[in-house]
Parts: sequence; structure tokens; C-alpha cells
Amino acid sequence: MKVQLSINGERRTADVEPRKTLLDCLREDFGLTGSHTGCEHGVCGACTILLDGEPVRACLIFAVQADGYEITTIEGVAPAPGELSVIQDAFCETHGMQCGYCTPGMVLTATALLRDNPQPTRKEIVEAISGNICRCTGYGQIVEAIALAAERLAHANAPQRAKP
Amino acid sequence: MKPVPFDYVRPTSIEETCALLAADGDARVIAGGQSLVPMLAMRLARPARLIDILRLPELSGVRDDGNTVVIGAATRQAATEHHPLIKAKAPLLAKVFPWIGHPATRRRGTIGGSIAHADPSAEIPLVVATLDAEIVVREASGETTINAGEFFLGPMVTAIPQGGLLTEIRLPVWSQPRLGVSFHEVNARHSDFAFVCAAAQVGFDETTHCTACAVGIGGLGEFPVRLDRAAKALIGTDLDHAAIADAVDAAMAELDIWGDLHASAEYRRRVGGVLARRALIDARQAALECPQ
Ligand SMILES: Cc1cc2nc3c(=O)[nH]c(=O)nc-3n(C[C@@H](O)[C@H](O)[C@H](O)COP(=O)(O)OP(=O)(O)OC[C@H]3O[C@@H](n4cnc5c(N)ncnc54)[C@H](O)[C@@H]3O)c2cc1C
Ligand code: FES
Ligand code: FES
Repeated sequence: MKVQLSINGERRTADVEPRKTLLDCLREDFGLTGSHTGCEHGVCGACTILLDGEPVRACLIFAVQADGYEITTIEGVAPAPGELSVIQDAFCETHGMQCGYCTPGMVLTATALLRDNPQPTRKEIVEAISGNICRCTGYGQIVEAIALAAERLAHANAPQRAKP
Repeated sequence: MKPVPFDYVRPTSIEETCALLAADGDARVIAGGQSLVPMLAMRLARPARLIDILRLPELSGVRDDGNTVVIGAATRQAATEHHPLIKAKAPLLAKVFPWIGHPATRRRGTIGGSIAHADPSAEIPLVVATLDAEIVVREASGETTINAGEFFLGPMVTAIPQGGLLTEIRLPVWSQPRLGVSFHEVNARHSDFAFVCAAAQVGFDETTHCTACAVGIGGLGEFPVRLDRAAKALIGTDLDHAAIADAVDAAMAELDIWGDLHASAEYRRRVGGVLARRALIDARQAALECPQ
């Protein structure tokens, strides 16, 4: 089946079997291997992508279901090649990653959180990443990274969305 | 962890969906896919064709129908969680969302999908059973309405006939001037499926007399159960702790309870009773705090 997808702002097409998950399609058909394959049944969050800006599990969507949405993968969050987003940078600075397997999912989840809630409490950060498993860090530094990114974004000279 | 090959269709109306379902006994509805895709990946389900209903506009949305709140089967859990009408008129349902999976699974998982999946410990089926909601099922031949009490037949077995499409859920709205709800759950980790969960909704008149009461428990056996006997015994009382304890204990004694690797039957019986009592006590407190 032919699918037309909008990935990181670009229109792309692939010819896939209906049983191919969006995760496998991103990795195999488009070479976007930043979305990681963990459990393939929805429990770990390693495959998290943004669908119309909202974090979802790419292993629980078939590629044929994903037309018409704006898909953002970890490859789409940096402002330019060779640069990092404020959130990615904060993960490096606070050692918010060790092996890096969970990191793309964590960064995308944090990206959506800070867009909607620029000054989250610790509890809100923990709730937001509750569906993303990390086997290395013990989460402390990930929470720290997201809090640091929130602080930096608050001081950045860029337009901010008002808190609802 | 790869599903068997299948066909994929995305119909544009309920009629077309029902016709597709009637034409193919091996076809299966996919809504949010948050339970079905793992089952496909593990090859526990092997449908020949998936019929995608998630984007059917007719199946999505929440509306006020006077005595009931009507929820379209394909309404996303996340959209329902934050819906003002649900908060105002279906407060018991509003309570349970934080316990269902994670924000990322609630964004695609639907209300109808959870009810059709009928996991014995799932939260939405518990609310539906506790309030004895009506479940509307459409087939090519017509529409039927099933009460929750007759809907859940076993673990992941429901009264939806072969070829049936769950279209909406009608939750009764209680008219009592003071209403309180509460939900409690015990699980291994927050957001995991419950070992046991309990829900209660109580209504009071201007005095401290309870005039309406519903209480249910999930995770004890084949499907969520409504403790009708306890509710009946409590109506007309002040819902004091002793009355609650007696009513719950008597109702629990009648139940067949299952055990498994995660929690023995004895443990579930004990925790089920404690959670049901707690839910009633907290619901009473919430009702009495309502402005009159
Ligand atoms: C990590 C994780 C944690 C979870 N934790 C919980 C939890 O704590 N509690 C909980 O209750 N759930 C939990 N779930 C499952 C929940 O997220 C699902 O949303 C829900 O069980 C199914 O809804 P769905 O819309 O995704 O349905 P699908 O997965 O699409 O479908 C489920 C079943 O229902 C049938 N179906 C769906 N819609 C209809 C319809 N309209 N008419 C007829 N049949 C239909 C399908 O054919 C299928 O058999 C979890 C899931 C994941 C991945
Ligand atoms: S790979 Fe998708 S949740 Fe684990
Ligand atoms: S850094 Fe290794 S899993 Fe999170």
C-alpha cells in the first residue's frame, strides 16, 4: 500500500505492507533510526514520536494509519544540522543520558511538555515522562535536564506561549 | 513481534463500517490500537482485515442528553479526560483517567476500545459497570442497546455480536443535589493494570441521608462487578463507617474471586473490600462537602 507521510516538515512516500508499524517504516523506509525499537508492544516509550505535536508510541500505529498527521521524530527537533535544541543541550549538560536508548523518546516527550507547560513542577515532569522507561539513569538527571531546559527557555529571548 | 499480514481499510461512515464487518468474519475493528496492536504483535490476534474507525467523525465526541452523557465510542481517552462536560456530569469517569496507561497511550486509546477490550481490571469498564451505563451496538441489521450488567461476559468477552460495532456509551447523570465520587486502585506501578480497583458514587439530599449509591470493584474475577446488595443496604443510611463495613463485607462474601501470579484470591478479596470501603467513605465525604 502507498502511504504519503509528512515527516519533520517534508512530504515523503513509501510503499508498505499494512502490517508495518510506523516505527519500522520510519527506521527502514526513511532511515530515521533515531526512533528506537524497544519492546514493540507499547510499554517502554523508546519509540515515542510526536503526532500533530503530541507524544505517541510509533510501535502501536501502522504506517498506513499515519497519513494526514504532522510527524516529528528526534531528527526534526534541532534548529539546524550540527546544532542541538535547548532541551537536547540540557540533557547533555546534566548527564540526562547514559546509553541513550531512551533519550529520543524522553526529549520528544519533554519538547511537548515544555511547549504546553513552560514552567512544570517536578510532579508534572515526572507524570509526563512516566510512560518512558530508562534502564540507566535512575531518572533523576532526566528530570533535572527538563527542569534546566524549562529555566533556560524561560530566560530565552523568544516568544513564549502564555500559560492557560 | 511482527503481526501476520492483513488488509487495511478506513471506512468513512458507520454504515460502511457495518457492511464491511458483516461481509468478512475475519475482519476486526481497530480504534486506538493500544490493546489490539500489542495483541497483533504477539500474534494473539490474527485478523485477515483491519477496519480503522479512529477517524470516523460520527463516532467521536461527548454530548449532553439531559439524563445521560453520551460518549462516542472512538472518542480518545485524552480528549474525554479534559472535557468540561465529563468533569461536570460524569465525575466518576473523570477520576479514572490518570490510572489508565500513560499520557501517550491515552492520546490514541479510545473509550469504546477499552470497553470492547473488556480487560477484567480495566478502569473504564469498571465505571461503566458501576453506573450501569448503556452501551449502544450497531450491526448491518440495526441498533441494540445493552446494559452494562449484561455486557461484560468474561475476561475480554462481551455481548457485542459478531459483526457488531460499539457506537456510543450512555452514562446516567444523577439528579441528587449533593454528589460525591471516589476511585481507588492497587497496582504494581502507577499506570499499570490494576490488581484491584474500586469505584463509588453516592448522592445525598439536604440532610445526611444517602439517597443514591453505587459501588463496583474491578480485578476480582472475570469482569468488573457492581455490588448491588451493598448499594441497596446503604441507601437511606447516613453512610457511617459501620454501615459501610457491614454492607461491603456481606456483598464481598457472595463473590467468586480469582487469584493469579500477581495476587492471590485471598489478597484480592481483602484488598477489594478495603478499597470499596475507602471509596464509599471518600465519596460520602466529597458529597457532604458539596455546596448545597
Ligand atoms: C503501556 C500500556 C499501558 C496500559 N495501561 C492500561 C491501564 O492501566 N488500564 C486500562 O484500562 N488500559 C490500559 N491500557 C490499554 C488502553 O490503553 C487501551 O486504550 C484500551 O484497552 C483499548 O482502547 P483502544 O482504543 O486502543 O482499542 P484497540 O486496541 O484499537 O481495540 C481493542 C479491542 O476492542 C475492539 N474494538 C475497539 N473499538 C471497538 C468498537 N467501537 N466496536 C467494537 N469493537 C471495538 C478491537 O477490535 C479490539 O479487539 C494500556 C495500554 C498500554 C500500551
Ligand atoms: S518500542 Fe514502542 S513502546 Fe516500546
Ligand atoms: S539512558 Fe540508557 S535507557 Fe535511558
